[in-house]
Amino acid sequence: MHRNNDDNQSGQMTTLILRTASTYLMPLLLLFSIFILIRGHYEPGGGFVGGLIASIALVVYGYANGLKRIKSFLQFHPGGLIPTGVTLAMLSGIAPMFLGKPFMTGLWLDQQLPIIGHVGTALFFDTGVYLVVVGTTLTIIFSIGEEIDS
Amino acid sequence: MLTAVLVGFVAALGFAFAGNHMRKSVSYWIPFLPASLFVYFALMVDPVLADGAILFQYNWAESMGVSMNFRLDILSLLFALLITGIGTLVFLYSTAYMRDHKQLDRFYGYLSLFMASMLGLVLAENLITLFIFWEMTSISSFFLIGFNYRDKKAGRAALTALCITGGGGLLLLVALLMMGQLAGTYSFTEILQSGDVLRDSSMYPVILLLLFAGVFTKSAQFPFHFWLPEAMRAPTPVSTYLHSATMVKAGIYLLARFHPVLEGPGLWQNTLLIVGGITMLFGAIHALFRTDMKAILAYTTISALGIMVFLTGLGTPAALAALGLFILVHALYKSSMFLVTGVLDKTTGTRNLTQLRGLGKYMPLVFAAGMLAALSNAGLLPALGYHSKHLFYEASLGHITHSTLLTGLALVTNILLLAAGLLIGLRPFTGQPSHHPAERVSSLLWLPALLPGLLAVAAGLAPVFMEKTLTSPFAKELTTTAFEGHLHLWGGFDQLLMLSVMTLAAGLIVYWKFSTPKESRVTLVNREKLSPGGLMYKAAVQLRNFFKTLIHILQNGYLRYYTSVIVGFLVLLMGLRIQYSLEFNYDLARILDIQAIEAVTMLVMVISVVVSVVSKSRLLAVASLGSVGLCICLIFLYFSAPDLAMTQFTIDTLTVVLFVLLLNGLPAYLLKADRGIHWRDLILAGGFGALIFLFTLEVLNQPTDSGINAFYAENAYLLAKGKNVVNVILVDFRGVDTLIEIVVLAVAGLGVFSLIKLKVTDAPE
Repeated sequence: MHRNNDDNQSGQMTTLILRTASTYLMPLLLLFSIFILIRGHYEPGGGFVGGLIASIALVVYGYANGLKRIKSFLQFHPGGLIPTGVTLAMLSGIAPMFLGKPFMTGLWLDQQLPIIGHVGTALFFDTGVYLVVVGTTLTIIFSIGEEIDS
Repeated sequence: MLTAVLVGFVAALGFAFAGNHMRKSVSYWIPFLPASLFVYFALMVDPVLADGAILFQYNWAESMGVSMNFRLDILSLLFALLITGIGTLVFLYSTAYMRDHKQLDRFYGYLSLFMASMLGLVLAENLITLFIFWEMTSISSFFLIGFNYRDKKAGRAALTALCITGGGGLLLLVALLMMGQLAGTYSFTEILQSGDVLRDSSMYPVILLLLFAGVFTKSAQFPFHFWLPEAMRAPTPVSTYLHSATMVKAGIYLLARFHPVLEGPGLWQNTLLIVGGITMLFGAIHALFRTDMKAILAYTTISALGIMVFLTGLGTPAALAALGLFILVHALYKSSMFLVTGVLDKTTGTRNLTQLRGLGKYMPLVFAAGMLAALSNAGLLPALGYHSKHLFYEASLGHITHSTLLTGLALVTNILLLAAGLLIGLRPFTGQPSHHPAERVSSLLWLPALLPGLLAVAAGLAPVFMEKTLTSPFAKELTTTAFEGHLHLWGGFDQLLMLSVMTLAAGLIVYWKFSTPKESRVTLVNREKLSPGGLMYKAAVQLRNFFKTLIHILQNGYLRYYTSVIVGFLVLLMGLRIQYSLEFNYDLARILDIQAIEAVTMLVMVISVVVSVVSKSRLLAVASLGSVGLCICLIFLYFSAPDLAMTQFTIDTLTVVLFVLLLNGLPAYLLKADRGIHWRDLILAGGFGALIFLFTLEVLNQPTDSGINAFYAENAYLLAKGKNVVNVILVDFRGVDTLIEIVVLAVAGLGVFSLIKLKVTDAPE
């Protein structure tokens, strides 16, 4: 199978099933990844796994529909997520210092928010991890994919 | 105080991002920043003189023993005043000097960054904080030397300076850490009490040598001096500020700072006397043979730094009083000389002494500035230099065993420096005019050059005031002995007066001999190939070539070699470890207690591995590797590690995707028939597998319940409000690790991106 894909010039699989399925899978998987991110503090999950799931969602979609489609869907280069994530994680570590507490002290809101539950600096930190993972994975895979196309 | 240190960093950020908004109209406001800081520190003079040392305490990373405390005593105050005072002059001068430059945003950004780092360095009370600021001065110096980045030589000079000072900085870090370990604290005020502990330690000589490495590289002592003349590629205001008046004195500051803790006869004194002595003589001789004004100034600066190290080595109250005064005197006259040089360069387009004559007629005020600086340098009344020269001789005469030798050395150095000073301050302004500059020199250029000279004269006329505010408290701070009654305008006919007269007379003769600079003289002393700089450069090139060869062998572009090298090296390293100890202490019955479902998973795994090895199709191989990964997921699940299973599953999926992406790009899959290759791979993989197997068994020696997991399980909810212990460890208990890991991940992503995407063809114009 891997030998006869001459029509696969733009990193695009011609499988109709995959293409159709990915259109429905991607939003579901993205939502699922956010769900995994948020529940991480209480149940299995977290920023790292969540980020990987989100990457899978986008990569599968990109695979099925071509890199150009996924780029126009994202509207920005995934590499931009990397500094955003690192900054967010850094800031959530620095935030307690403004209250006179040591770096990376966990701060929590007293009230629980609906759906999300307890909100604390740890959640922002994990979101930073999530963004870095998505950014790095997509940057690597898209770069390689484009290199192969050209 | 914290504001005073940090405001420069904030300003630097602001300037750097100002971009094109940074026009000359804005730049006129910038000197107010150092000026207001100067006023702030000037107001601190009285409290410091009254209290000795004032401590400003701010928390930073308390748990690691790193604080943001600042210590203001006479030593740090002297430096703070120099940094902000000379800073004001330099910023003022830059508004005119750099007026038409396109990248003012960067220039002022770097300059403010430097000023703030330097302030932090001299004020820091914590050794770690001090080191951070120390490194930041090196980095800002790198940016400023290479400011004209299109000039290849400037780039090289910046890199040389960074390599030398940065390398020294690393050794300094080790010295600081060792001191902190021995004293049990990184707070300087507390270390001050444990001088005896440090001196009695067997590590004392090591600490000294490492500290000296940092100091001598930063303060351009022989044989590490060569980066400083090269650094003169920087714009003249930068040379004035960093490479003469302030940054290069950071090493001297550190020596003076640690003098009460580490000084002692033997290694400390002898090293400083020898290195300082060589440097001051070497710099003074070299200066006379140069024709480029900035080169002369660079070598006289090296010589002056040598004098400061020499004085610290003498270590008596007289010597340290002389050090305190000389730091001030040198900063004043040297910055003035640099600024004068800048004016000449700007108006005539050259700094070559052979081409500059008779300019005094056109710029009398610049001439006055140059002359005042030369006077102070020569040590003539009424300039402040007179007093510092007196104290210098007094200190060298006070040495117990070698007073004649050391005084002779000081005399020769002073004679040569006097002549070199006249070359800058007098020679370009007298004789037949070589240029006829049409423009009048802007007051923003001559005023900063003239001010230090006037200040030096004013201070020179008030010796009692200078003694009360500077030399005596300075000596007292560093040696606990006050030093009074030694500064006066007229001390009678004594040895000191005789030495001063000798210096002046001989200096004038030397100046007369050297007063017509010739290009041919430069080559006389410029033995590029034999100089320390040339030799170190050669060594660096050799080292680079060595690693080039090594890398070509180890990383030749074939993936199979990379993998073989990495795996082979690991096998070798872990194999060596086996030699030392390999103990098994496991319960065979527990290991063999395998559930049927686990056995089936294992079987699937083994089959998949075999298939991936023998399969003739790449896709099949990749797919079976994927199924191995999924089996591992299952095993994680059986042993109740759902987080690991999830991560493994997603990673595995992405790996397969990546593999499949790459399949197209690979050449046709040929099952190599070569038996040798098969055997090589088999041995490597088998060895690696066997080692991992052995170590996994060894891990079972460790008790599974060490208390740490109990701690995590108990406190995950209590302390971190989370129920998923794995996640709590990642984001809270060991959050800093995770932070560093995502930074590593980010760097890896950027690395892949730049390797694939950015193709540097030619250096852009």
